[in-house]
Amino acid sequence: MSWGFLCDLLSGVNKYSTGVGRIWITIVFMFRLLVYIAAAENIWKYEHDEFECSIKQPGCENVCFDHFFPVSHIRLWALQLIVVSTPSFLVVFHVAYRENREKHHNQKLYRNPGEIDGGLLCTYLISLILKTGFEIGFLVLFYKLYNGFKIPHLVKCDMRPCPNTVDCYISKPTEKMIFLYFLVATSCLCIVLNLSELSYLIFKYSHKCYLKRYMKKQ
Amino acid sequence: MDWGALHTILGGVNKHSTSIGKIWLTVLFIFRIMILVVAAERVWGDEQDDFVCNTLQPGCRNVCYDHFFPISHIRLWALQLIFVSTPALLVAMHVAYRRHEKKRQFRKGDQKCEYKDIEEIRRQRFHIEGSLWWTYTSSIFFRLIFEAVFMYAFYFMYDGFRMPRLMKCSAWPCPNTVDCFVSRPTEKTVFTIFMIAVSSICILLNVAELCYLLTKFFLRRSKKAGNSKQQPNHENKEETKQNEMNELISDSCQNTVIGFSS
Repeated sequence: MSWGFLCDLLSGVNKYSTGVGRIWITIVFMFRLLVYIAAAENIWKYEHDEFECSIKQPGCENVCFDHFFPVSHIRLWALQLIVVSTPSFLVVFHVAYRENREKHHNQKLYRNPGEIDGGLLCTYLISLILKTGFEIGFLVLFYKLYNGFKIPHLVKCDMRPCPNTVDCYISKPTEKMIFLYFLVATSCLCIVLNLSELSYLIFKYSHKCYLKRYMKKQ
Repeated sequence: MDWGALHTILGGVNKHSTSIGKIWLTVLFIFRIMILVVAAERVWGDEQDDFVCNTLQPGCRNVCYDHFFPISHIRLWALQLIFVSTPALLVAMHVAYRRHEKKRQFRKGDQKCEYKDIEEIRRQRFHIEGSLWWTYTSSIFFRLIFEAVFMYAFYFMYDGFRMPRLMKCSAWPCPNTVDCFVSRPTEKTVFTIFMIAVSSICILLNVAELCYLLTKFFLRRSKKAGNSKQQPNHENKEETKQNEMNELISDSCQNTVIGFSS
């Protein structure tokens, strides 16, 4: 079980997505997953080993590191990727449910089980809203946990057992900050894509509904 | 998901590329991605552990390393490769869109659609003309821009392409100017120059491909203008069909020589 599993699942979602949805999947694959695996993971690999405090007191470094990094950036990033990809599977489940129903009744119930209309449209819209909500949630979490998106090169720590206020130095703060900004930028791009897909679908189907009603009247 | 998945995605684009495009893809995968994964990552693997400063002051090494390497070479190359590969996906998306339209036409039973079955549509190779030409040309243009930007960023950040053995650092909390020693500077310089050289080759290939496409476009246009003056339309169609067949034959010959399996 690794990122390849998520990739396979997301590729399955691609079939039932709109054009904007496919662009979203491409951005998640290329600019978030691939960047995470190929570049970002290695930056945070030895973050604890390379976290150095200006003191020899045993336990002080551990306590300070734990205080300033309750959840490491890279773990939050991985969680964000997983959680944000998950609502897309609602659509896959709904399509599978439709196909199952057709098999069970042994007749063609839908013009095309994968077509985004009726109940599947609602599921799709819910998945978009959830995706956007999770993205925004994680960005707010990042902001609140680390007081913004900056990574300082020095933090001052006075937790027990550190005898007084000690200077602790974080490794590769500039590189980490660059990749953090990259994460924020791609998240914002994904939020914009989700919102535009949402508005496009709402507009398209309300227009369709309106035309249907207009034809019926006539 | 890793570089192998990128290979699978881009391998599909290979079918619809020009010969120069196929060479570019080969160079990208063998001389850049493979070298990055197999060799360069090992060379830079221990970069911070073996970055040694001539002081026992805690924190000095971290701060000096961060000052001289705001973003590591390896990460910059990985980002460059991702950005440079992305425009090819525009072509892949355009081809997928065209296939989707043809499948829709086929399903509707459109008489204009000349395919016998869905499999044939799936296997078909699209020629680079019409709107696909514009997509393809813009993808090459963006590739060039990204390559150039990253090369410049590299040069700007590291003051050239050489890795010095010794760096003098006086950032706080280092007590005064300390000597800091980079690990494996010669090996890193060699790989840096290699990657820069291959980037330049890729830039040249992209420029050549751009010129080739533009030449082909203008030739086609002047031929069309010339033909429409001289001959009626129904003779023109047979000529163009023969030309397309000739192109298909020559391209399939090239496919067997330089090819990725998609």
